[in-house]
Amino acid sequence: MKILVAYKRVVDYNVRIQVKPDGSGVVTDGVKLSPNPFDDIALEEALRLREKGVATEVIVATIAPADAQAHLRNGLAMGANRAIHVTTDRPLQPLTAARALLKLVEKEQPGLVILGKQAIDDDCSQTGQMLAALWGKAQATSASKVEVNGNTVRVTREVDAGLEVLDVDLPAVISTDLRLNEPRFIKLPDIMKAKSKPMETIALDALGIESGDHLKTTQFAPPAKRSKGVMVKDAAELVAALKSKGLL
Amino acid sequence: MSKILIIAEHASGQLNPSTAKCLTAAKQMGASAIDIAVFAAEPAAVAAQAATLDGVSRVLTIANAANANALAAVLAPQVVALAANYTHVLGPSTTFGKDLLPRVAALLGEAQVSDIMKVLGSHSFQRPIYAGNAIITVEAPQQRKLVATVRNASFAATGNGAATAPIEAASVTAELPTHTRFVELQAGAKDRPDLQTASRVVSGGRALGSSENFNVIYALADKLGAGVGASRAAVDAGYVPSDMQVGQTGKIIAPELYVAIGISGAIQHLTGIKDAGTIVAINKDGEAPIFEVADFGLVGDLFKVVPEIEALL
Repeated sequence: MKILVAYKRVVDYNVRIQVKPDGSGVVTDGVKLSPNPFDDIALEEALRLREKGVATEVIVATIAPADAQAHLRNGLAMGANRAIHVTTDRPLQPLTAARALLKLVEKEQPGLVILGKQAIDDDCSQTGQMLAALWGKAQATSASKVEVNGNTVRVTREVDAGLEVLDVDLPAVISTDLRLNEPRFIKLPDIMKAKSKPMETIALDALGIESGDHLKTTQFAPPAKRSKGVMVKDAAELVAALKSKGLL
Repeated sequence: MSKILIIAEHASGQLNPSTAKCLTAAKQMGASAIDIAVFAAEPAAVAAQAATLDGVSRVLTIANAANANALAAVLAPQVVALAANYTHVLGPSTTFGKDLLPRVAALLGEAQVSDIMKVLGSHSFQRPIYAGNAIITVEAPQQRKLVATVRNASFAATGNGAATAPIEAASVTAELPTHTRFVELQAGAKDRPDLQTASRVVSGGRALGSSENFNVIYALADKLGAGVGASRAAVDAGYVPSDMQVGQTGKIIAPELYVAIGISGAIQHLTGIKDAGTIVAINKDGEAPIFEVADFGLVGDLFKVVPEIEALL
């Protein structure tokens, strides 16, 4: 079985996001870019399934500008067998990304697609579900445990009420939550090895999909700030303060 | 005028308050009709609760044994069949809505607006990106169907109205997949107020040091009648189950009183609490970022301070 991992490049999670003064976007010039942390978890899970003998091949795919090759090399260094780079200069909304991924799915026929439950840039949390819908296959979002048994996967999902366990038939789409695994560190020899692994490049326009970018972002603003309050010296002062505000 | 369909979230015969919050957002979209759809094996009890909410036009029930558990893949084609008569399809931005609505949107060939935090018009909204570090204004095309999820913490729940809305059984024709099967729900003990709707929440962080030490948090919470939450660090360390996590990747909450104990205040945690009414922080590190957003801060050893507070209540 092949596993396709959707592997998005985003602003690194340690970067303090700044909104441009004119409200036209966030500052991305010169900021560090990294794999979406949830997608790193997705890739790690795919690699573990290959190591267990469940999967035979792991493909990382991204939809990004031409300079994202280093990003894909990172996924190859982590252990993916090969990479697919769908090139485009504009950021895509999830419906378009899902349509593009569907084209890759139709071509590669993976048994499983694994991706992060959300990307930490747009925080949409849509692409996996949309891909599963367009593909007509099962989805299991926010996975914290994945067990493949033949043609079925038992997935434990982190839901508001606790942990939900689903059985889904393959092929399927799984989106990963934080506690599914801890991604491995990349070792230097793996970086060297990754240089010779195959990377296929396809222009987004060549996929022949209809754009689903229906939404227009008209303004970016910094969030409303909470102001710093007062410091109290002990428990008694705190309780008195909360009582005077009518909170206790 | 908009015609809005809200997909009800419910479990064990109880309507989840997230539905009444969606209703509040829907009313701000200038709707001529707002219907609530209840998908269930036996929808009567939930439908009766939905019908009492103020401003609901109709409650539609879709009774089907296949709807006994909310499986996105099973519900989505049914929602799509119902959606034909509406301009908007809304659901809560909970794990239920986040799972279902994008699947609905894709089947309809529509984009989705995730996590609406403010309604500016029928097709104009604000939503957070980058873990709430930027807020964007999104315009959706008027001529297309709008699919969106509504951020719970940003809207108060609509209360009961003077009149009760009619409840109608809706028949939908949709082929339901069998590739997804519910096995079980492992729910935590529910002897405390629900974290997402509690008016008071007490949360503990990594500084608690163990699951036994979390009893300090539970004791204070029980004295306050509060729900209990935790930071991601405390969940990752295994002190408490994942459904207690408060933050961008856990639960986003807006209680009247939030007490953060032994939580340093990582940005992803702060994102989950910034709509809280009053934030209290107790931490031994006076430089912890949590104090930058706290209305009341107390620097001290939590194992000494928290029992003292409890004794004063």
